Amino acid sequence: MAHDHDHDRQAVPSDPALRTKALESLLVEKGLVDPAALDTLIDAFEHSIGPRNGARVVARAWVDPLYKQRLLTDASAAIGELGYSGTQGEHMAVVENTPAVHNLIVCTLCSCYPWPVLGLPPVWYKSSAYRSRAVIDPRGLLEEFGVHVNEDVEVRVWDSTAELRYLVLPERPAGTNHLTEEELATLVTRDSMIGVGKLA
Amino acid sequence: MNGIHDMGGMHGMGPLEYEENEPVFHEPWEAKSFALNLAMRAWLKWNIDSGRHAIEVLPPDEYLRMSYYEKWIARLEGLLVSGGLVTSHEIATGKSDPRVKKMSPVFTAEVAKQRLRGGSPVSRVVGRTGRFAEDDIVRARNIHPVGHTRLPRYARGKTGRIVRDHGIFVFPDTNAHGLGENPQHVYSVRFAARELWGESASPRDAVYIDLWDEYLEPART
Repeated sequence: MAHDHDHDRQAVPSDPALRTKALESLLVEKGLVDPAALDTLIDAFEHSIGPRNGARVVARAWVDPLYKQRLLTDASAAIGELGYSGTQGEHMAVVENTPAVHNLIVCTLCSCYPWPVLGLPPVWYKSSAYRSRAVIDPRGLLEEFGVHVNEDVEVRVWDSTAELRYLVLPERPAGTNHLTEEELATLVTRDSMIGVGKLA
Repeated sequence: MNGIHDMGGMHGMGPLEYEENEPVFHEPWEAKSFALNLAMRAWLKWNIDSGRHAIEVLPPDEYLRMSYYEKWIARLEGLLVSGGLVTSHEIATGKSDPRVKKMSPVFTAEVAKQRLRGGSPVSRVVGRTGRFAEDDIVRARNIHPVGHTRLPRYARGKTGRIVRDHGIFVFPDTNAHGLGENPQHVYSVRFAARELWGESASPRDAVYIDLWDEYLEPART
């Protein structure tokens, strides 16, 4: 059986584009996949689900202390209040950066990432380099991102081993008291919500 | 399984490669690989845990060589065959077996929209009674399951403190292998960086790992 399988595999194209195309055609031909559903998924992740969603959550937490409280205690519900929910965000947790604590998110075992608020993860987040180093050398890794964390600040690394998906609530930059919630949201970067970027 | 995927704490994995303004997908086929994987889950021939395990069992050299969405395609081919939706002959030839009746897709564009909004929660109301509470000192068990597990190697045998009870969740070690959901509590456990990595680690830092009840045993302070 295993032998037959290996034999058959010889004909599978090694080029991933051809291999994917061949599989897609086969699944459509067999009536197992609806091409319109594929387009819907791709369109959603290319155009509506992404880090702008998370930025709105962060900005709301910065201007509304009660919302921030709900966000830190029941993140899924608080994020749902802004209309963000669904696949790979069913069980959310938000961790807050403070002058004393810097948080960093990783998935050492695969690529777990909070899709509804950040979209799909960048290549570096899924890379062996990031996954292997984040837990053993977070400070060295952060330096490579241009983030220096002082010795008197505690670094907390969150390894997404279960179905909780993590979002970092970055510190609100100084000198932003005059900005509206919408303007604040434009300051929030994807990297700051993973914990590998600081906001100016 | 003690596989290549369990890479927390490994050395020599190369430099970090950061891309400015990275697109969601680099090539159209990556988008298709992603979407096909999501869409085919709707046939319920595998679950999130067996789907993850199907990547872990790729040969280690292939795992490291393949790009992310290449792994997803390879994984999907394996799952389609083991799930009985497609034969390996059909994958090899790219032609459907004419003797098999054509199906009607269950995952339509409308279902896709609903799924994206609603997700697939894996928390459960009822499960095994939790053995631990906040501030309990626990040790991650020194176990080496040959199947799927979400207990990373770098935590095994290490002592930490429970900081939060997340509630009851499906247990991946059994769910990945068709052995039932076995729902149980998941805790956030704080491990001091020095407990994990020794004296060279910062005395201040910590790693928080979400661990199922069964991965833990009581420990003394």
